[in-house]
Amino acid sequence: MVEPVLQISNLVKNFGALRATDGVTLDLRPGEIHALIGPNGAGKSTLIHQICGTLRQDSGSIRFAGENVGALSVAGRARLGLGRTFQVSSLAPEFSALRNVMLAVQAREGSSFRFFKPVMRDKGLIDTAMAMLERVGLTARARIPAAELSHGERRQLEIAMALALQSRAFLLDEPMAGMGPEGSKSLTRFLDTLRKEAPILLVEHDMDAVFALADRISVLVYGRIIATGTVEEIRRDPAVRTAYLGDHA
Amino acid sequence: MLSRENLVNLVLAAALLAVPLAANALGQPFYVTLATRIAILALAATGLNLALGLGGLVSFGHAAFFGIGGYAAGILATHGFSGDPLIFGLPGTNQMWVIWIVAVVVAGLVGLAIGAISLRTSGVYFIMITLAFAQMVYYFAVSWPAYGGEDGLSILVRNQFPGVMTMRPLSFFLICYVILLIGIGLFALIRASRFGSALQAARQNEVRVATVGIEPYRIRLTGFVISAMMTGLAGALFADLNRFVSPSMLSWHMSGELIVLIILGGTGRLFGPLAGAALYVAFEYALGGLTERWQFFLGLILLVVVLFARGGLLGLLAGKARHG
Amino acid sequence: MTVALALEQLLNGLQLGVMLFLMAAGLTLIFGVMGLINLAHGSLYMVGAFACAATAAWTGSFWIGLVASLIAAAAAGAIVELVVIRRLYDRDHLDQVLATFALILMFSEGMRWLFGSFPLYLDIPPLLQGAVPLPGGTEYPVYRLAIIAAGTLVAFGLYLLISGTRLGMRIRAGESDREMIGALGVDIRTLYTVVFALGAALAGFAGAMVGAIQSVQVGMGEPVLILAFVVIVIGGIGSIKGALLGALLVGVTDTMGRFLLPKLMALFVPPAQAGMIGGAAASMLIYIVMAVILAVKPRGLFPAAHA
Repeated sequence: MVEPVLQISNLVKNFGALRATDGVTLDLRPGEIHALIGPNGAGKSTLIHQICGTLRQDSGSIRFAGENVGALSVAGRARLGLGRTFQVSSLAPEFSALRNVMLAVQAREGSSFRFFKPVMRDKGLIDTAMAMLERVGLTARARIPAAELSHGERRQLEIAMALALQSRAFLLDEPMAGMGPEGSKSLTRFLDTLRKEAPILLVEHDMDAVFALADRISVLVYGRIIATGTVEEIRRDPAVRTAYLGDHA
Repeated sequence: MLSRENLVNLVLAAALLAVPLAANALGQPFYVTLATRIAILALAATGLNLALGLGGLVSFGHAAFFGIGGYAAGILATHGFSGDPLIFGLPGTNQMWVIWIVAVVVAGLVGLAIGAISLRTSGVYFIMITLAFAQMVYYFAVSWPAYGGEDGLSILVRNQFPGVMTMRPLSFFLICYVILLIGIGLFALIRASRFGSALQAARQNEVRVATVGIEPYRIRLTGFVISAMMTGLAGALFADLNRFVSPSMLSWHMSGELIVLIILGGTGRLFGPLAGAALYVAFEYALGGLTERWQFFLGLILLVVVLFARGGLLGLLAGKARHG
Repeated sequence: MTVALALEQLLNGLQLGVMLFLMAAGLTLIFGVMGLINLAHGSLYMVGAFACAATAAWTGSFWIGLVASLIAAAAAGAIVELVVIRRLYDRDHLDQVLATFALILMFSEGMRWLFGSFPLYLDIPPLLQGAVPLPGGTEYPVYRLAIIAAGTLVAFGLYLLISGTRLGMRIRAGESDREMIGALGVDIRTLYTVVFALGAALAGFAGAMVGAIQSVQVGMGEPVLILAFVVIVIGGIGSIKGALLGALLVGVTDTMGRFLLPKLMALFVPPAQAGMIGGAAASMLIYIVMAVILAVKPRGLFPAAHA
């Protein structure tokens, strides 16, 4: 079997008496979309935080791109190629959409310690960033400050930034949240093409999107993975039905 | 076509040059000295603006760097006069440009030390710890009698600069003016650069910067050090202006004053520090002439600005800032 | 160097510590409950001292002066809160720093206007004059012991207030979740004013007590304020327990440092220089301690859980 891009083994995280992550083992294989679902309070956010580095796990390992990243900083993991979008949009609000993506491009190039050339006249940086904006369909809004973008546009911008980072894996935290039906459909189409760039670990509540996109699904309940499998396997799994799916199945 | 802000900036720069030129022609050197004071304070505040305006780092201890620059000038000049060697047998000097280099380097090194520790904290803690470090330097200066202690240190004759009669108020002003313009130019370059992008992004959203792969700590520390160096240079000039250095350059009132200069003019604005310095010195002079209690009114004005006119003078004159 | 001398310095350290606690407790309460940095706290200390000195001179009684200091400081605090501080709760720390810095300027010049630039004098009340003998042969002023006792009583009283009364409960609730207590129907605005006035009263009380052993003058609050900030940074901003521990640590370290360091230096360098280097080192000692503590625990010894 091909080595997974992201391998999480026996991850444990306690907050005092609360066991938020209870021995989670999960992997992300090349070319796949692996959806992570679970009821509210299951610990999905906590898990994402540990994977991308904002929280330190208590025990267990996280391997990414062949390296053990458990002790690496957020920025360090990002430099290795872990691209993340946020449940609540995280952008530089005063900067335009373009300048946000340019930030990602310069981060990718590792060239943040240049002091003398104005970025807004740096053709190379601008062109690369505009190309990313074009892929997500935001070119018309390139010069608008991020704070003034609509909810859906901010999502697109986040993905443009992740693209600019040439991520080796995407960690998407509820990208469908707050999108109307049109927005969800086009984002679903987009994510379908995105998987060719890099595998996606998709945390989602929107079951239509999950069933349309996922190659595999893992179900997280009270910090434990109770089932991992294909869409069909999960639909039929009795434990999952009782714990979570209800009449979605 | 100039933007409104750039127009205001041009007027400010021209006014700062015109006033001392006119004053000199009219035989009023006092106003030349006043303008020099404005220029030097503007440079000090521009330095702080790199950390505060761009980086969002509320340093309540930048007086440390201002004072270090001042003492560098004072100590070197004193040894330059007396001929006694400094440490390690090195001589003092009365050449301004050498003093400037020393001031910048020492302020930078101290900035590195203070920043390295302080930037591990954030928010209120950062404000407090920068204040405390500056206090440390202050008390050190007060209790070091060799260089004047609490009474301060005099520079007998203004230091020299090749080809310039530095004793003449207008000549010294022009030196300070040119350095200020260079400082502002550097600020503009840094702000527009990749580094500046990262620094400002870190202010706006630290998590975002980390998740694109840039370590916020490294960016901030670099910004802090550059900021310290610029403020240190201003301190050296200030010492030469007054031909006197004292621990008051290191006091927390001075740190507060530097922040006030930026707020009065407009945080993060290119010419904010200059506008703020001009306003401040004008208040000091105009109000001080009216009443000994002028600081009360300064406090009142500052309070009103903070509560109601947050964008400072440039916010009022030039509208909202654009970031590209 | 005798044991007696060391004991005397230790007591001085405790006295300083207790004074710092009164300042720091108010500061940390105000930050813990309202999220506000208050640079004007030193001014409230000064107001208390001036009120006590002026009232004592007028009535001839230190004790009436002490009561006056509490009232004046609390009143000043309440007024300032209602007029200025209210507008700052939603602002960022920079705005709070600047606005309260502006208040310092106004308070200082205001006091100069009212009382002139010369210091006022406050006499130790007859009841507390004199000295008690210490083990080892020296004597120690009764008044300073009274300060230590008073401060300890206040600390205990504060503990009872916070842990045993409804106000204390609201304060603790406010510290852990500002938005929630508003939703629960607690009158936030009044609570904030009360907390601010309480902090101010503590500061004024400290100023009044110290006024009898140092002179009462404009700017007397500033060195104390800075030390109080060091205390709450070391103790953990928002924690009263931390403020107490930090205050005692800072008070004793600073005092003993000034006493011991020159002597320590004298072991290595000639006496003239030892005094100089020791003195400089002693001034910096507290800040070095703070830097070391923050390097290991960046949020202080008892960081508030939610901050």
